[in-house]
Amino acid sequence: MVSFVIDGKNVQAEGGAMLLNVARQNGIVIPTLCAHDTVARSGACRLCVVEVTKGKRTRIVTSCLYPVDEGIVVSTKTERVMNVRSLVMQLLMARCPESQLLKDMAKEMGIEPQPSFRVETDKGKCILCRLCVKTCEDVVGVSAIGLSRRGKDKIVGPPFMEDSVTCVGCGACAYVCPTDHIVMESTDGRRKIWGRAFRMKACDTCGRYFAPVDQLKWISKKTGTPLSELSVCLSCK
Amino acid sequence: MKKAQTMDKKVKDIIKKYYGDKTAMIAILQDVQEEFRYLPKETLSFISKKMDVPLTRIYEIATFYNAFSLKPRGKHTIEVCLGTACHVQGASRLIDRLERDLSISSGDTTKDKMFTLEEVRCLGCCSLAPVIRISGNVHPYLTQDELPKILRNYK
Ligand code: SF4
Ligand code: FES
Ligand code: FES
Repeated sequence: MVSFVIDGKNVQAEGGAMLLNVARQNGIVIPTLCAHDTVARSGACRLCVVEVTKGKRTRIVTSCLYPVDEGIVVSTKTERVMNVRSLVMQLLMARCPESQLLKDMAKEMGIEPQPSFRVETDKGKCILCRLCVKTCEDVVGVSAIGLSRRGKDKIVGPPFMEDSVTCVGCGACAYVCPTDHIVMESTDGRRKIWGRAFRMKACDTCGRYFAPVDQLKWISKKTGTPLSELSVCLSCK
Repeated sequence: MKKAQTMDKKVKDIIKKYYGDKTAMIAILQDVQEEFRYLPKETLSFISKKMDVPLTRIYEIATFYNAFSLKPRGKHTIEVCLGTACHVQGASRLIDRLERDLSISSGDTTKDKMFTLEEVRCLGCCSLAPVIRISGNVHPYLTQDELPKILRNYK
């Protein structure tokens, strides 16, 4: 256990625990976009910045990736923190002006979009946080999508931006995406994602469409459960 | 069919050269690029299956580095320096002339697959400005009228 100060409050935590988590456990709100419990933190969105004083040195760090230590002094709302966070927000908004989520967050933080940044309208709502990519790789295990190209041309999607052969249509990427960039349309019996259409399986008991056939096949292959045992939806199990 | 088989064979040899080591992916792709002058889509899929690396990861690498091309490249790459010194010495006239003579725009490859035209920033020999580099050979102090003759030597 280590003890330290956060916004003037003495707190204790397991040494090495990530600052963001400790702050949240203590009721302190820090805005984030790319921190998700199911995948490793990457520090992509830079929104979670706070100020940390350790010894004689005070600096801005990303709280989602900062392990807490004995005696540090953390401030989450100083002017410097707000300035950095505001700049990050401005840049995100310039990249993704279509994102309602970003607009709402900015409004809550009292930040106006900067007219001096060039607004880009061809990037969709993707902030390149890589959450979807890591979820697809680490949680689902199929690696159907990635971030290809580089710099201002970087883009999320399947290889060659074509229908992915490995995608199972599970929709986990759309679920974790903080900005709703990934479009998934489910109509009766069919689901469309990343430009590819998937046939849905109807529950043997209630008849409701509950998962893409390809996803069930994948689960069956991965866990060794016979496909027949996966033909009933969760609520009918 | 035959062609595809020899291609696969070549790629297999390249993979073997690196003992199928996944961390050598960049080196493997470099060798493939050198062999075919681009990274054919089927080859990337083939490598993905052979080495058990998701195609997504390979595609990320292939699109990240400028050294890789997903489109077939010409036998010779013409790099026109547009760095400061060359720019001041009129390098843009060279690129205009090349684009016109080869009927392609910068970044593209001629129909006969002879030349790929590229713009680069400073080749590191500013005192020779304006320079272009063709397949590694530096051509110094160029004027646009010299270009046709130089290109003929590469055909
Ligand atoms: S699509 Fe969404 S989850 Fe994926 S990188 Fe972009 S913002 Fe992040
Ligand atoms: S939450 Fe820390 S960088 Fe995104
Ligand atoms: S600017 Fe062309 S070689 Fe330096």
